[in-house]
Amino acid sequence: MVDQSAVGREFTPVTARVEPGRLRFFLDTLGERNPVFREGPAAPVPPTYLFCLEMMDAPDPFEFLTALGIDLARVLHGEQRFDYHAPVVVGDTLTFRPRVSSVTDKKGGAMTLIVVETAVTNQAGVHVADTSRTIVVRNARPS
Amino acid sequence: MSSSVPSVGDRIVHKAFPSISRHRLALYCGASGDHNPIHVDIDFAKAAGFPDVFAHGMLVMGYLGQALTDAVVPSRIRSFSTRFAAITQLGAALTCEGTVTELIEQGGEKRAKLALTAKDQNGEIKLAGEAIIAL
Repeated sequence: MVDQSAVGREFTPVTARVEPGRLRFFLDTLGERNPVFREGPAAPVPPTYLFCLEMMDAPDPFEFLTALGIDLARVLHGEQRFDYHAPVVVGDTLTFRPRVSSVTDKKGGAMTLIVVETAVTNQAGVHVADTSRTIVVRNARPS
Repeated sequence: MSSSVPSVGDRIVHKAFPSISRHRLALYCGASGDHNPIHVDIDFAKAAGFPDVFAHGMLVMGYLGQALTDAVVPSRIRSFSTRFAAITQLGAALTCEGTVTELIEQGGEKRAKLALTAKDQNGEIKLAGEAIIAL
């Protein structure tokens, strides 16, 4: 089981480029027809797309699970948060720096909540966003 | 949102989405980079103790975000957060809504706080969230 020693742990930074073709695939998948997202070279990205960019370009998108010894089959997404500080547009190159900010046991250890916070900066070094994901681990019951 | 200032209680976000198919989950797997097999491989899902594959929470949050950006230009969204209250099953037809709960001054600008929900066709809340937008 993951314990407090995981707090503060950092994972490999991910660099991702906002590519128009990949973004179009995402928009089409969600049936997104709002022209604001398709209006050319500096179109903004949809509000959840930062989460996707980090996973798409990570050499190992589940690195934090492997590193903490968590089985992917026992994981659920508990909460997700985005704080936007500056625009992210098509053509940007973003760097994601994830770290564990808290570990909390629930239900007498049946579940562990792990919060991973990620600072996002762009190619100019501007801190464009912070994301926070809470992972719920369904722990195996000792038999 | 700049032309008219909303009032507390106004439902400014409302959008219904088509039911979620296996095909949609497969497309989202590729489009999002989230290749967790639990959403597309029924054998994997069953081995993990689930009766079938189920929707990515972030697909549902993507729909909620779409409903939000239909009402608010993306550059005015300051934060967007959700709790994944329940697993969204195959076939779920979601309705996403957002209501103004508070008008605030923050970061040197006037902002509104919205309470957001994504409910399935039975009215069960799948996502409960919040957004803060600049007015």
